[in-house]
Order: sequence, then structure tokens, then C-alpha cells
Amino acid sequence: MKNNRLTGKLLSTPYIVWAAIFIIVPLGMVFYYGLTDKTGAFTLENIAAILSAEHSKALWISLGLSLISTVICFFLAYPLAMILANMNVSQHSFIVLIFILPMWMNFLLRTLAWQTLLEKTGVINILLSFLHLPALNIINTPYAIVLGMVYNFLPFMVLPIYNSLVKIDPNVVNAAKDLGANGVQTFFKITLPLTIPGIISGITMVFIPALTTFVISKLLGGSKILLIGNVIEEEFTQAGNWHLGSGLSIVLMIFIIVNMAVSAIFDKDGEGSFL
Amino acid sequence: MKKLSALAVCLAAAFSFMGCGGSSSGENGEVIVYNWGEYLDPEAIELFEEETGIKVIYDEFETNEIMYPKVEAGASEYDVICPSDYMIQKMLENDLLAELNFENLPNAKANIGEQYWEQSKEFDPENKYSVPYCWGTVGILYNKTMVDDTVDSWSILWNEKYTDNILMQDSVRDAFMVGLKLNGYSMNSTDTTELEEAKNSLVQQKPFVQAYVVDQVRDKMIGNEAAIGVIYSGEAIYTQRENPDLEYVIPKEGTNVWIDSWVISKNAPNKENGEKFIDFMCRPEIALMNFDFITYSTPNNAARELIEDEDIRNSPIAFPDLSQYDNLETFQYLGEDADRIYNDLWKEVKSE
Amino acid sequence: MIKAVSKKIYIILIFIFLYAPIATLMVLSFNASRTRAKWGGMTFHWYISLFDNREILQALWNTLFIAFVSSFIAVIIGTVACIAINHMGKHKRAIVMGITNIPMLNADIVTGISLMLLFISLGIKFGMGTILLAHITFNIPYVILCVMPRMRQLNPSTYEAALDLGASPIYAFFKVVFPDILPGVLSGFLMAFTMSLDDFIITHFTKGAGVDTLSTKIYTEVKKGIKPEMYALSTIIFITVLFLLFLINKAPKEREK
Repeated sequence: MKNNRLTGKLLSTPYIVWAAIFIIVPLGMVFYYGLTDKTGAFTLENIAAILSAEHSKALWISLGLSLISTVICFFLAYPLAMILANMNVSQHSFIVLIFILPMWMNFLLRTLAWQTLLEKTGVINILLSFLHLPALNIINTPYAIVLGMVYNFLPFMVLPIYNSLVKIDPNVVNAAKDLGANGVQTFFKITLPLTIPGIISGITMVFIPALTTFVISKLLGGSKILLIGNVIEEEFTQAGNWHLGSGLSIVLMIFIIVNMAVSAIFDKDGEGSFL
Repeated sequence: MKKLSALAVCLAAAFSFMGCGGSSSGENGEVIVYNWGEYLDPEAIELFEEETGIKVIYDEFETNEIMYPKVEAGASEYDVICPSDYMIQKMLENDLLAELNFENLPNAKANIGEQYWEQSKEFDPENKYSVPYCWGTVGILYNKTMVDDTVDSWSILWNEKYTDNILMQDSVRDAFMVGLKLNGYSMNSTDTTELEEAKNSLVQQKPFVQAYVVDQVRDKMIGNEAAIGVIYSGEAIYTQRENPDLEYVIPKEGTNVWIDSWVISKNAPNKENGEKFIDFMCRPEIALMNFDFITYSTPNNAARELIEDEDIRNSPIAFPDLSQYDNLETFQYLGEDADRIYNDLWKEVKSE
Repeated sequence: MIKAVSKKIYIILIFIFLYAPIATLMVLSFNASRTRAKWGGMTFHWYISLFDNREILQALWNTLFIAFVSSFIAVIIGTVACIAINHMGKHKRAIVMGITNIPMLNADIVTGISLMLLFISLGIKFGMGTILLAHITFNIPYVILCVMPRMRQLNPSTYEAALDLGASPIYAFFKVVFPDILPGVLSGFLMAFTMSLDDFIITHFTKGAGVDTLSTKIYTEVKKGIKPEMYALSTIIFITVLFLLFLINKAPKEREK
């Protein structure tokens, strides 16, 4: 046992040193910038800035859109994951790769491609008018932003749910059926509860990037809707006010921590089950 | 999972074929250039390397603002940088630029037109730090088949008829330039009431705007996605070539005349090579090569003389006679406080 | 029967959704016009000029090199960290896992700028090395998230039994533990590789002059329009990976026959 502890210490050292230098120190810098002003004096102004009309509006819209996207992702992903999980098991890695593959095409190129598809004179509308159907006018609206979020983050929802579904022992499901439960009951009493860790990490993996994105609203939302990610990005790249940008990032971190705390409640072992 | 490992092995095999790109410096040292993306003909760099034996390390940025912190923080040591007017002023004020030795820049002195040196004085008062590389105006690009009104004023961007057909610039200063000029003010205004008025105009305009974009004005106008857009003159020539229905206009209320210039950074490790590079770029035939490649107007008069196509040499878009227009201005750096006011007002517009 | 058909239709719809933009990119790679907004006829020109373009090819090598090396190192550090975290008490484990999640969840630009400031204050010269350090940092969490669940499913007594039977800890690890966590390690590698390929912002702030990846090239190209060569390159990458996938997926099936 003592020996065990020693190896534990020895093994954990490289990572802890790494995390201290490359995660904690940079994070400390963000806090330093966020809690000081230009002169270096302590201030809470950059944190309180979230309360201003524009910032809080941006935050609410971001929360709303990423929540909607997360819900849509969930309802698209769950049935898909169930269908995939019932397929031939030997294809497991193939399925995983098929969902990761689109991500090997550059993110910006993929999102620009959606612009080509959705525009007024875009591919989809040309097809629709060819079929004498009404045009689809969602480019530069919140709908297009949600579509972009769902598109980019759907794999992050499918994979963890799929993985937790695959892990379920088929005997458990069969036992429930033997005991007289119908399909719906089995699903809600057995399958769904057993996949909660997967669902939770799926939600985290979709919600957080959706909350902080700025490229999607720029390219598909026509920059007409200001998300909190855009505000932070512009403070750093256009306005050059790193203090305000860092302050708002700290506020965003609160939501991230809340999300993590919620996952911790459901995922008591602290293991996470991403893949 | 065996398949996964097989894939990993394939990837590993692919890697064993490639070496890590080692950078050996040329026989006469090197020069590190930091320029806008796609803002120079790559062949010009090769010619420079062949002739001088100086290796060019070429790096690109996409906005002035993303370039500035990298230079200011000293993350990388750059020799030659190509910022815009107001950013040069900001870099000067923050002591980031080195004075140029014009004895090493004979081509710059001989070939760059007098008017451009004059204009540069707005941000480099004694013409000591910068050599103009590209310049242009900002104006309205419209599609003749979709617009039947006369386009000669910024006010066309406030015409309800073109709702969802207007493209605005998605950057603070460019957007406020339009708002301020519309109301007859200077685009370098720091007067809060004037700025407030410009902001109200922009808010009023928002329902008519299809999208706020930076570089996609070009593609969207070519594809007939919108009828009217605010665009840089250098892009106008290219878009017209792709879509002949497009027309470029400098509005009567005046506009922004911008210059992107070569500068040398204060901590440049290879200052003399940097000056050689700048001077090489000022040679008429090299400047012409770059003009052909990027289609942004060149301040190099000798290069302009070499343009064979008369339509382009005398193009009112590429080389407008600026004396015909009133209220032309160049952006100035307004200081941190004014920047803050601009940004806050812009956020109000965007979050409407 | 209806159920099976509707399942198929559902999967097909999702696949159209996921792959429609990619099909668009592929079509654009054959577009003779330089702009994505106009169809100028069919051409293979971009595929030819791609291989003359020294910069894009160099950027491709850099991208693959960085992705491969950074995910490889991240896998080693991450897997070792997982073993260590597995040994920790509940609270300590929760804290370490929380810290691990930070770079994954923080806005990229914040991570990028803070790493840039860190490298400056440490006096490290910007270049390939700094990009690697940054990529390893944001890759480790993905590795840990993939390896950790496998690690938790392990039966610790097999490892102890191996030790009791006289195996050295390292031998026991590679003989007993490693085969069981291998799937997690591999998907961690794949995930890290993917994230590294796609990153732009962190790379931008941590790269030195003249070191470009495909992402940084694409973003600077936006000003003058994406070069059609980029579409061509993406198409080649996609087809290659897809081909490899099918090949690998097919091989074991034939053996079964």
C-alpha cells in the first residue's frame, strides 16, 4: 500500500507540474487582468461590466441559443446513438470515426460552406426553387446560428451517449422485459438512467463551446446578433481592452463551473465518460 | 479497436516520410516580414531572395489589432511590418518603430508619389518612419441590376427599399466612419454628441442591413447576394472583373483614404536587410507585380506608368483624382479613451 | 420492417446534414472561378497548382507534424496522469479533474493570449516549440477524458496479482493494464489529433514568424478570399482518410470469411 502511494506520487508529478505551469499560471494571468485596471490597481469593474445592458443581453442570448442547440442536439443524438448501438459491434471504431471525420476538414471552411448552402442565392434555395418550393431564408438569423451550433457540436453529443449505450449489459434490458416491462417502461426505467453520465458529458461538450463561440455568429448570423463570445473576442482583438475581456471571461467561467458542478452530482465518481 | 491502432500506424508511417522544416538562413542573413494575408506576390519574395541572398521569413496577420499585441509583447522579433495609417501612429506613440535611413531607400524616394508622402504626414508627421505600400478609398459597391436610384451618397445605405440587401462593414472605425460622414462630421471625431448621433444613425440602419461583414462583401456581391455594400476600393476592381454589373462609387460626403505602409520595428534584428526589402518592393517592376497580384492601388508612380492596360492605369477606382472629392480623411489613432467610447457605442449598435 | 426503414432514413438524413458542407467544399475545389460565389465551370487546375504551392505544402507538413507529435506526447502524459489520478482520494481527484477541464472549456482566445504571455515571461523563443507546448496543453484533457473511464472499469486485483506473482510494476502495467485501456488511449489520441488539426486561435498567438499551419493560413487568406487550392487540399485529405477507413474496416471482415 505504501509502495502504491509512492508510485502514485511519482506518476502524478509530471502532470501536476505541467498543469501548474500551463493551466494554473495562465489562468492566474486571466484573473490578474480581469481584476485590475489599466494602472494595475484592483477593481471589480470588469466583472461588474456584465451587468451593463449590452453585455447582459449578449449573455442571455448566448445562454438561450446554446441551450436550444444543446436540446436539439440531444433529441437528434439520442435516437441516432440507439440505432448505432444496436448495429454490428465490430463496427464500433468505424462509427466513431465517421462522426469525427467531418472535423478533419477545417472548421472555418466547413462553416463557410454552410454559408454557400444557406444564402439567398445559395445551393439549398436553388434546389428549392427548382422544385417550386418556397425559399428558405434563415441566413443571418438566430436560426442559422443554432443550425451552425448543432452542426458543429452534434458529434460531441452522439459519441458519449453512444459509448454509454454500448456499455449497458443486454441482460439487464432482457431481465426487465422478462419481468413484464414494455418497451417504453424499459427505456425510461433502465436504458435512460444508465446513460445519464453519457448524456451529462454530452451536454457539457455541446453547451460550453456553444456558449463561447464567436465564429458561428459572425459567419452565419451576419454579426447582427451579439453573443458573449463575440464581445470577449472583440475586446481582445479589436478594442484591445484585455482587462474587460478577461473580466467577462471570468464571468463565463462561473457558468462553466456551475455546469461542471451539475455534472459532478450525476457523475459521483468524478470519472467523466466522454468516450 | 484494432482498426484504430492500424490507422495510428498508417499515420505514423506517413510522418516518417517528412522532416521538420528546418530554417537555414541565407548567405546574407535573413529578414522577417509581417504582412497582411495575401498582400504580396510570392514571386516577388523569391526574386528578392535570389538577388540579395537574404532569406525572407514571411508571416501574415489578418487585422491590425491582432498584429499589434504580438509586436508589442515582443512575442516574435519582426523586421518589416505593414500596418495601416492609424496603427502606425499608435505604434509610433508607443515607441515601437525605428527611424528609417532613407539613404538605403533610393527607390522609395524616387518612385513613391509626392501626394502619398504628404498624406502620410497625418500619421507620420515627418515621413521618417514609413514608406507607403498600398492605398485606397472606402466606398459603396452596388449592383446596377438591383439598384435603380442614383448612388452618390452614404444615405443610400439608409434606404428602406433595400432592406436585407445592404452589407455593412463589421469593424468599429469603418462603421462609424460611415455614420459620422453621413451626418457631416469628421471620421476622427471624439466629440461625444457627434458620436452619439452617428450611433443613432447606425442603430436606425440596422433593420435594413443584411449582414455586418468584413471580407465577405466581395463574395456576397459577386454572387448577387446583396445589392449594396461598403467595400475597400482594392476589392472593387476584383469584384467588377468577376461580376460586370457591379459599380463602385465614392460618396459625396467624403470617405476614408487609407494607406498601408512599410515600417521597421524598434527591436528589428536585421534592420538593414529590412530596408533592402522595403526598397526592393519600391522598384517599379516589383511594385507592378504586386499591384497585378493584389489589385490594391499602388502609390508607386513609376509602377503605375508601367501598367499596360490603359483602362486600369487611368481607372477612377484604382487611381481616383482625389482633388475632385471633398472631406477625404485618413484615420488617426485617437487614444485609449476615445477607442473605449467608440467600442462601447459600437456594442450598443450591435446588441440592438 | 417500417421501423427498420425509418431507422435507415433517419441515419441517412443525419449523414446528409453532417456531410452536406463537405460535399460543398469538394464541389468548390473543381470550380474554375476563384470565388465561392460563382460557378466558373469545371477544372482540375487547383489540384495541379496545389502541388506547386510550396507554402501550402509546408503548412500541411507543419499541421500534421504538430498534430502528431503533440497528441503523441499528450497521450503519454495524459495516460500516466490517469494512473496517478486513479490512485488519488475522492476529493483530490475531483480537484485535479476540475483543473484538467479548464483548457477544454475556456474560450480559445483567453487560453491563447494567456499562453503567449506565459511564454514571453519565461523567455521562450516563439516557433514550432511554443506551438507544440500549447497544443500538448489543450490536448491532454481530451486524452484524460478518454482514458479515465476505461481506467475506472479496471479490476485493480489483476494488477496486484501480477505484482504478487513477481512481475515488475512496469511489466505488469504493460501486460495487464495497458491492453485494457488501449481503446481509450487510442480514441484519446484521435480526439487530440483532431483538436490539434482544427485549432487556429491558440496557434496564432503561440506561433513564431514564418511557422504556419493550415488553419493559420486559411484565416489569413480570408482577407483576399480562400484560395481554391485549400478546397482541393481538403478534398484530398478527406478522400485519403475515408479510403484508409474503408480499407481498415474491410480487412478484418475478409479474414473472418
